[in-house]
Amino acid sequence: MVETMLQVSLTLFGVAIVIALYRIVFGPSLPDRVIALDMIGVNLITAIAIVSVILNTKAFLEVILILGVLAFISTIAFSKFIEKGGVIIERKRDD
Amino acid sequence: MQQNNLILRTTTTLIAFLLLGFAIYLFFAGHNSPGGGFVGGLMTSGAVLLLYMAYGIESVDKMLPINFRILIPIGLATALATGAGSFLFNVPFLTHTFGYFYFPIFGEVELATAMLFDLGVYFTVVGSVMTTILTIANDQKV
Repeated sequence: MVETMLQVSLTLFGVAIVIALYRIVFGPSLPDRVIALDMIGVNLITAIAIVSVILNTKAFLEVILILGVLAFISTIAFSKFIEKGGVIIERKRDD
Repeated sequence: MQQNNLILRTTTTLIAFLLLGFAIYLFFAGHNSPGGGFVGGLMTSGAVLLLYMAYGIESVDKMLPINFRILIPIGLATALATGAGSFLFNVPFLTHTFGYFYFPIFGEVELATAMLFDLGVYFTVVGSVMTTILTIANDQKV
């Protein structure tokens, strides 16, 4: 029963990732794609948690924290690039 | 145009602190569970990169007056010294040993000399990643 529920939730998170992938491919602007990438990161974190429950192991708990940190850092870097034209050094955009 | 990024700076001070603690945990947990010098070094450089993104390159150069290029030879020398230290005991190169020691707070702890080799890996990873990122960030348009 619990196994079936976990597999159903994994399938639903896969559906959510596919919907976010639609937004990445057809997103009209760059911030839409960045938000969709962040959403895929969060869904991957939950999928890793469910897989570690299914496999009955504690070895993936560091992966969850590391993936959350990497999604945060990459979203900050993308938004600084969109907003200020540079990731570390702020430089003038050419447009 | 000077923009106000108060929220980013406040969250960065909190998250960089957490990240450095998590990096130290990953470095020490690498002997018996997932982790080790490589992931610990990557997490440390992630925290420093977050500081660079939030506070700009001049402020962090004042906060952390470390030349990250120096860390690469320090790490390589540490790894080489742990390998060559086995010659003092008439055993082959890179032979490692361990022992049990008693500490006041932690109780009995297993200490291995493989951790010193891991420390060399840690310094090398931090130095090379931060050198790469800062070199790319500092380039000038020709």
